[in-house]
Amino acid sequence: MEERDMPESGVAALEARHLTLSWDGEHLVVSDASLRLDPGEVVCMVGKSGCGKTTILHALSGLTTPREGRVLLHGEDVTGRPGRVSYMLQKDLLLPSKTIVDNVSLPLVVRGMPKAEAREKAAPLFERFGLAGCERLWPSQLSGGMRQRAAFLRTYLMGNDVMLLDEPFSALDALTRVDMRDWYCRMAKELRIATLAITHDVDEAVSMANRIYVLEGTPSAGDPSRIRAELRVPRGEKDLGSAEFALTEEFLACKRQVLSLLGR
Amino acid sequence: MSPRRPATRRPRPRRARRVWVPLATIAVLLVVWQLVVVLGVVPNFMLPSPTQVVAALAGDVGLLLQHSATTLVEAALGLAIGVAVGFVVAVLMDAFETVSLALDPLVTISQTIPTVAIAPLLVLWMGYGLAPKVVLVVISTFFPVTVSLVSGFRSVDPDMLDLMRTMNASRLQVFWNVKLPAAMGEFFSGLKISATYAIVGAVIAEWLGGFSGLGVYMTRVRKSFSYDKMFAVIILISALSLALMKLVELLQRLAMPWTRAERNER
Repeated sequence: MEERDMPESGVAALEARHLTLSWDGEHLVVSDASLRLDPGEVVCMVGKSGCGKTTILHALSGLTTPREGRVLLHGEDVTGRPGRVSYMLQKDLLLPSKTIVDNVSLPLVVRGMPKAEAREKAAPLFERFGLAGCERLWPSQLSGGMRQRAAFLRTYLMGNDVMLLDEPFSALDALTRVDMRDWYCRMAKELRIATLAITHDVDEAVSMANRIYVLEGTPSAGDPSRIRAELRVPRGEKDLGSAEFALTEEFLACKRQVLSLLGR
Repeated sequence: MSPRRPATRRPRPRRARRVWVPLATIAVLLVVWQLVVVLGVVPNFMLPSPTQVVAALAGDVGLLLQHSATTLVEAALGLAIGVAVGFVVAVLMDAFETVSLALDPLVTISQTIPTVAIAPLLVLWMGYGLAPKVVLVVISTFFPVTVSLVSGFRSVDPDMLDLMRTMNASRLQVFWNVKLPAAMGEFFSGLKISATYAIVGAVIAEWLGGFSGLGVYMTRVRKSFSYDKMFAVIILISALSLALMKLVELLQRLAMPWTRAERNER
């Protein structure tokens, strides 16, 4: 991995040290991947399909235990311990049998909070997540974008300031995707959420991230993935929306760099 | 929505049409039946006319109600126990792989045993009272419930289970919040089938011995060659089964409010 250009100030929100991952204990998917996520920053991980991006998120969330390596959440070892990091899986996965308010407050209920109290705690966040008025609707009554917002809110209510997102916008149409991305970045900044998102869309990664990890390798061909490079996206001081930023020279240069690292 | 003619997608028939077309079909059939008997195509001692059947139904209404009460009690009791047994078996099969492997063939084999064949055995073992009827109903109703629930539990998206794990949910929480609601649709489909089996099962058990019930009534009128009453009781049994199915549909609507919202939206 490249030398980091950021000062090691304080404890990382989430840190993975030398992760080696395997599906079956025999074939390696990821070898010796180390990554770091600082409080409040948005980091994207890009790589070809099937290179083990989701496998890394599964390990970071504790759903699977790495063969080697450790996962630290604010310095605390959470390797193989699910329920500590907020993780949004690839689909929105809303329960059709629960209203939106009950869907998003499910993490609180699972933790033992009475239903009424959980609803109360979730209620003030509906506005901020663009879901005002949807509390009593069923998931089937919401559009794809709204369902995704509900999934974001539920992930947020898992209660951690670290969010792992697996292709969070891939199910949305192009216009909604850009809006949702900008909205998410603003909100993550406001709420000081550290985000690690995986995507195979280079434009998306450059648009939203402060930093990008580029993965390479083809695990299915016996070549386990590793982190090839870590890039800082030169977003400048002004906080441009992704549509504007996408028109700048810096955006193009960064995109070109990521594409060449991906071997395209 | 024919794929060949997307432009002329058939609209949903209006409510009036949906009611009148099937009713008219039944009416025509009844008229044909009446004519067949009146014109002597089939001798009347073999086939009663619809009007004779209605007369028989009206004439014996008090007696039929009494017998219906017995049958309904047997069916309801058996169905309740059958559903409870089916539910427990399904939950155990879903929770423990060993139980699933052990019971899978048994549950299937239990359905290949013809009800009519074991009914006499049950009567031999348990006498002419309530017990053999209820047991027969239990045997014929638990299967659809078990099978539909197990397949409902298994239909849950594995990603949904991962999601619950990221929340550190317990097995009970996963069951209550994810698996049970996901299995409800299939459960009610199974229950609808079980409800009709319940009435038929009770009647079959009554054929082979008992003191009251629609099956007992059936056996008596058959022995006295009262075919009009025979038809009357058949119609009554159909009506009871239909009513029970409607009741299940009503329960389903109450238990699954989210499916109603879907229908309204689309």
